[in-house]
Amino acid sequence: MNEESIKEQYDDKVVKYFLVATIVWAGVALLLGIYAALELASYKFNLGLQWFTFGRIRPLHTNAAIFAFAGNTIFAGIYHSMQRLLKTRMWSDAVSWFHFWGWQLIIVSAAITLPLGFTQGKEYHELEWPIDIAIAVVWVAFGLNMIQTIRRRKEPHIYVAIWFYLATFVTVALLHIVNSIEIPVGYLKSYPVYAGVQDALVQWWYGHNAVAFFLTTPFLGLMYYYIPKAVNKPVYSYRLSVVHFWSLVFIYIWAGPHHLLNTALPEWAQTLGMVFSVMLWIPSWGGMINGLMTLRGAWDKVKADPVLKFLATATIFYGMATFEGPLMSIKSVSELAHYTDWVIAHVHGGALGWNGFLSFGMIYYLVPKLWKTNLYSKSLAETHFWLGTVGIVIYMLSMWTAGISQGMMLNAVDASGHLVYPDFVQTVTRIVPLYWVRAFGGVMYFIGYLLLVYNVIKTIKLAPKAAPAVAGSSNPVLNVSVGDLVKSSHGEGPHRVLEGMPIILTVLAVVAVLVGSVIEIVPMIAATDQSSVEYANFKVKPLTSLQLAGRDLYIREGCYLCHSQMIRTMVSDVLRYGPANEMADSRYDHPFQWGSKRTGPDLARVGGKYPDLWHFRHMLNPRDIVTQSIMPEYKWLLEQKLDLSSIERRMSALQGLGVPYTDLEVSGSVEDAKKEAAALAAAVEKDGGPQGMADKEITALVAYLQSLGKQTEKK
Amino acid sequence: MGILIVLVPLALLLGFFFVGVFLWGVKSGQCDDLESPKHRMLLEKDD
Ligand code: HEC
Repeated sequence: MNEESIKEQYDDKVVKYFLVATIVWAGVALLLGIYAALELASYKFNLGLQWFTFGRIRPLHTNAAIFAFAGNTIFAGIYHSMQRLLKTRMWSDAVSWFHFWGWQLIIVSAAITLPLGFTQGKEYHELEWPIDIAIAVVWVAFGLNMIQTIRRRKEPHIYVAIWFYLATFVTVALLHIVNSIEIPVGYLKSYPVYAGVQDALVQWWYGHNAVAFFLTTPFLGLMYYYIPKAVNKPVYSYRLSVVHFWSLVFIYIWAGPHHLLNTALPEWAQTLGMVFSVMLWIPSWGGMINGLMTLRGAWDKVKADPVLKFLATATIFYGMATFEGPLMSIKSVSELAHYTDWVIAHVHGGALGWNGFLSFGMIYYLVPKLWKTNLYSKSLAETHFWLGTVGIVIYMLSMWTAGISQGMMLNAVDASGHLVYPDFVQTVTRIVPLYWVRAFGGVMYFIGYLLLVYNVIKTIKLAPKAAPAVAGSSNPVLNVSVGDLVKSSHGEGPHRVLEGMPIILTVLAVVAVLVGSVIEIVPMIAATDQSSVEYANFKVKPLTSLQLAGRDLYIREGCYLCHSQMIRTMVSDVLRYGPANEMADSRYDHPFQWGSKRTGPDLARVGGKYPDLWHFRHMLNPRDIVTQSIMPEYKWLLEQKLDLSSIERRMSALQGLGVPYTDLEVSGSVEDAKKEAAALAAAVEKDGGPQGMADKEITALVAYLQSLGKQTEKK
Repeated sequence: MGILIVLVPLALLLGFFFVGVFLWGVKSGQCDDLESPKHRMLLEKDD
């Protein structure tokens, strides 16, 4: 087969679709980001509407950025580069399209369920169980398509980019499945089988590696393909790229605990996470240098070509983020950085700089190629580049400043051992102006993006109407039908089939073993672990049915996105919030709610700090009590009826997971909740609070808040 | 912390899996030539 006819066979149609999806979802993700930023700058942007409050918009933004924008970028780049690197069409058109539409459907269902408050309450893993299953299915289809394509390759060598893609598939599948083991208690509600510290470990093992294997390795694969292609020079050192790959794959998986430094997590686990995180610095920089050195002697080209500018700058941001990450994983740095906007600066250097710019570079490279024309306007792309760069710099500088200032204020202790800024809100007021600056940086980045949209539309309009590419990619003769696919594996020589066997068999075996063992072992461990030594010295009361209902509301409203429930072992934390948390404190918490960002104060011991009525008034309008507060209003909690219809099912599910509810408590859960609510509401009424709150959601939430820090007793 | 009984072996298993894949790669000649692939990937004109 000559080169031309191989090329004819590539499926570029699905690549185009993924590219367009990338562009569309990028806009959605960025707009949501700007909106969330504005909500922090002024509470008024919450609009007093539950679907738009920060706690529900923020997960929508992160999911859109990660799974919709970055996800579609990855798929577009993989489907495009893989066919060329392996000199063969993707294995199955049917699977490619199933992948495409399945993924978009998942995104749409996320966009519907998250604002409605259906969430698991775990960051980047908010989507409820039916969507979790859909993700697993579509992801496996993608992996299968990829592995089968590798098997049918017409080029014996598997270029390093493809190794990165493969690691992405295998690891994300594993992470997603392990973190998704949950007990459904309704169509869109579930509890993870893990509780407290275990859930924290699983979640951050997942969360950190989602960054590693969804936002890093696949993009590195794209970098190793598109930089050489765009500059038309081979990668600086192929050997180094292979070393880069293998070292990342072996080190990344251990770094998760750096999200839990100075918490109740045992010291040795923290140290392990820290050491591996610091080790990551070396291969990451090896990779960055490799990417940049590919451009050596071609800087004049970089200057002239926006594609290269985007790709090169993305690589520099990769280097920056992977330098900053290990730094922040050092325990003493984490004392300052954790829970603050420094983390937000860090992730946006990665997301906007590395992922965003790599994606834009790829789009500017691919659109003219796939539509057989030239880019409509280089200078618009150039402007996009500068707007984007300045936008990121403004974003990061403002958030670094905000994070470090607030961290230092919160940690400041004077000579007499008192907090210098005892009022949390003082530290908030200080950084609110920076929230406006951040939003401004985001808007600049977004305007740059709009230029890309315009440029792309114009470019596609320039495309020759009867372009062979369009005809070729949709040519029915060349399209492989489902029937062909079944046949195709028999049609090949035995040699080919055998050669492909090791990968596919190993992958399938590993997946089977993992899924099997995880499903069997995990719930068992989760249950038996309740008897372990860490809990032996404490007596922990489980939540009452009303408090549990309140906790589910806390999760629904996304309070954990502004409030932590984990007092760290540091002096300033203890002075501000009370004794550092023990593992026992979250023993029965399915899911854990330790949080990762303190836009508001820690709530681990807020129970009993204020009278019930205080909370009613605070939730109705925080500014009635703390004039400078930026917390949203939660009026609807005082209007909506508390839904107790599934509380019995929920209690019984938790009972099954090892929470020591008696059968009587489970069967009487509705009655108990109503009784407790009536008493609480009556007391609030007597104190001059709002009337008729006994059957409203707020009562459950307040009951929960008042339980925080009250459940554990030393034996 | 009992969850580590799952997480650590899982991470190790994943590590071993990648070692296996790596060894397979070496054995099947993926690492024999670490010079020419970077030139060959450029040969295909992409338009
Ligand atoms: C946009 C971020 C944000 C969200 C979302 C948020 N809060 Fe707050 N919260 C704050 C800030 C800032 C403060 C400090 C000022 C104040 O007391 O209003 C605060 C204070 C509090 C306090 C008082 C703590 C203390 O020790 O004084 C409680 C209780 C509280 N929030 C509960 C909640 C609950 C419950 C939710 C979810 C329904 C929630 N918050 C959602 C930002 C937020």
